[in-house]
Amino acid sequence: MRPTDLLCITPAGLHCPQGDFHIDPVRPVPRALITHGHSDHARAGHGAVLATEETLAIMALRYGEGFAGATQTAPLGRPITLGGVTVAFRPAGHVLGSAQIAVEAGGCRIVASGDYKRSADPTCRPFEPVPCDVFITEATFGLPVFRHPDVRGEIGKLLASVRLFPDRAHLVGAYALGKAQRLIALVREAGYEEPVYIHGALEKLTDYYLSRRIRLGEIRKVSAAQRSELAGAIVLCPPSSLQDVWSRRFPDPVTAFASGWMRVRARARQKGVELPLVVSDHSDWDDLCRTITEVGASEVWVTHGQEDALVHWCRLQGLRAKPLHMIGYGDDEEAAAGDVDPGAAGAPPA
Amino acid sequence: MNRFAALLDRLAYEPRRNAKLRLLADFFRTSPDPERGYALAAMTGSLAFSAAKPGLIRALIAERTDPVLFGLSYDHVGDLSETAALMWPAPPQALDDPTPSLSEVVETLASLGRADLPKRLANWLDLLDETGRWALLKLITGGLRIGVSARLAKTAVASLGGMDADEIEHVWHGLEPPYVPLFAWVEGRGPRPSAIDPAPFRPVMLAHAVENRDFETLDPARFSAEWKWDGIRVQVVSATDEEGHVRTRLYSRTGEEISKSFPDLCEALSGIEAAVDGELLVVKDGRVQSFNLLQQRLNRANVTAKTILEFPVAVRAYDLLTENGEDLRPLPFAERRARLERFVARIDRERLELSPVVPFATWEELAAARAAPFEAGASLDADAVEGVMLKRRDSAYLPGRPKGLWYKWKRDPHRVDAVLMYAQRGHGKRSSFYSDYTFGVWRAGPAGAELVPVGKAYFGFTDEELVRIDRFVRKHTINRFGPVREVVHEPHAGLVVEVAFEGLARSTRHKSGVAMRFPRISRLRWDKPPVEADRMETLEALLRDERTEAARGA
Repeated sequence: MRPTDLLCITPAGLHCPQGDFHIDPVRPVPRALITHGHSDHARAGHGAVLATEETLAIMALRYGEGFAGATQTAPLGRPITLGGVTVAFRPAGHVLGSAQIAVEAGGCRIVASGDYKRSADPTCRPFEPVPCDVFITEATFGLPVFRHPDVRGEIGKLLASVRLFPDRAHLVGAYALGKAQRLIALVREAGYEEPVYIHGALEKLTDYYLSRRIRLGEIRKVSAAQRSELAGAIVLCPPSSLQDVWSRRFPDPVTAFASGWMRVRARARQKGVELPLVVSDHSDWDDLCRTITEVGASEVWVTHGQEDALVHWCRLQGLRAKPLHMIGYGDDEEAAAGDVDPGAAGAPPA
Repeated sequence: MNRFAALLDRLAYEPRRNAKLRLLADFFRTSPDPERGYALAAMTGSLAFSAAKPGLIRALIAERTDPVLFGLSYDHVGDLSETAALMWPAPPQALDDPTPSLSEVVETLASLGRADLPKRLANWLDLLDETGRWALLKLITGGLRIGVSARLAKTAVASLGGMDADEIEHVWHGLEPPYVPLFAWVEGRGPRPSAIDPAPFRPVMLAHAVENRDFETLDPARFSAEWKWDGIRVQVVSATDEEGHVRTRLYSRTGEEISKSFPDLCEALSGIEAAVDGELLVVKDGRVQSFNLLQQRLNRANVTAKTILEFPVAVRAYDLLTENGEDLRPLPFAERRARLERFVARIDRERLELSPVVPFATWEELAAARAAPFEAGASLDADAVEGVMLKRRDSAYLPGRPKGLWYKWKRDPHRVDAVLMYAQRGHGKRSSFYSDYTFGVWRAGPAGAELVPVGKAYFGFTDEELVRIDRFVRKHTINRFGPVREVVHEPHAGLVVEVAFEGLARSTRHKSGVAMRFPRISRLRWDKPPVEADRMETLEALLRDERTEAARGA
């Protein structure tokens, strides 16, 4: 079977005609396979959803129990047959519950990896390379300038700033799903034992992580009355809250932002960030290249992000490669960075 | 190098002056000599590495990376040094050498031959991490741009001993990197450095932009007006020290010493025994030249005789801060102005001219002068006038931007409504946004009305507007040419931008035959359909007016 017969692009996203399902569709479809809970991949309104237990739970937390007509849990590693097509979910290392989806029929295996990272993350299972004929990779940070540093150094910057400015609150913008909880786990690993404060918008997902027995130490929700008393504290909030009225009540806040985009100085400055922390849940350039080599695919499809550079690199390695140009993920670089509310992208100008 | 790099990194993002001071003071307090002294030198512009040029960085990175990947990366990052720092490949095996210290870098570069530089630089880059490489490349190419003025760095050093920055200024010019005796004195471990500088920098007084409603409350009789020149604000100081040596220094408005770029001017103004506030301009045959020519002389470590001859500079003086050791700053402006006029006449130096006063009785009269500086007395220099300055006659010379005393009132630009046609990603602060715009106006074509590009603009909009235009560009792309996107531009679909510009000239290099001077986006007209944008005829008419004016001026 030719790969393009197994999976093709439709306006709703990646489609498997034989198995009659879509992967991470951007519009409502009868049957959707979802790689992970970020809102550009996991949307409400599908007929049936197949995903990992954690991803289904996260979707229910965000969209309510009735987010799909029916749901089915995909256990990691166990193949499921859909209309003669075998699908298997394997860990992607991106956020809690994230998976790659291997799709196989007629002697052809395609792995749709969703979003993935290779660096260690105490809050989710590590990425497993799955040998395949075609590897569909994200390219959020698909330029050789993106090489994420050791996260311990970045956490060290935050803690050093807390020591130098004990009279200022440290507000850290972090996506609600994954990044926030990973950051808390990382400051704990670095030996920080004070309570970590979180914005109300992070509460539900953080509680869910705790219920999965992920150790995050003492967490307190920020109450309105308390804000002016949080000098010297670490406070996590959604990135949009950094510029919000909400942030003004804190004592002389230092605004930090944890994202792979912080690697580029102009980007950090455009956001008005004072303490950029290069902490990403996506693969950096070296890990993208390493993963493509490891899975041994002869063909690579590149989606959301900097497709051109990664396609060029694949061709230099003698691999067939093409950009998928799918709309809806990472087209706006904000969305690619992780977790953006569906309505937050803003309306186009009149 | 790593601690210095971390400091620069943090400073580059920190907008608050007080937080910068704390970061600097913390660094100076906890770093050893001579490391901190070289850091101070780097931040006060006292280091220059003439051999390290952007071309060298380009060559080093080109040897190590694929050209296509470099091109895409540079396009995304928008800054050569940063791109090279981020892309620099890890050496094949881990190196045992220690990472270079700032002192090692500075001391090595001072003695290293030009031919040995590429190899040494590559070795340092191998040893440093991303931030370290970025700091090293910025340092040696002289582009730190971390928002720290020489004055702020000195203030931080002074704070180590509870001193005022002025105390540092007074001894500064007798000292050299790495300033070991200075730190010893400030920290109470050594004597005050002996050489007292007779020609220190004095913080400058700045103006607010005047707003229309200000004229309702301001009394014209209390103000004096001068032309606002399109040059560079400088302070020139010349005085004799205790040993009888004359010191002459030229400072930028932030206190950076720029004497080295203008040795001719310093020589010409040596011994005036005064501190003068004025505008640095290129003046040829008695006529002020455009800012472009002045740029030829900026940021040059080595000034050739040819440059000096080709771009002769002078100072147009508008204030006198000291004269023969007397501090005039507490005096009212009117009194200082009278002293300045007598002073300029008395010393009679070719390179020191008096910036003339613009006489007026009412704001209407001043508005007329501002609109037509040629007729109002600026005559042949009218092209270099970018507006007028208003100074309250009773104002003492106060550092900073005190309210209600000095105002700047710039000229009104020309404006047209044009249609956005192409967009390109920006560089520097705006990289990764589509922030460079090519816009066009309508003209009659063989198949009806067509848009013809008339200019490019990449500023004038707010950050919020930039985000909206960027989103518009991404959603309405009809074609891509490398980094350039063509956006929809039809009579009823597209984006109209109001473009402001200072002047218009014939140009054979542009398809439209005209070139705008200093174009920028003044307003976004989301409300206006492209069909209602301006036509080429409007620009043609303006061109005729400009020629008439130019003829009058010539």
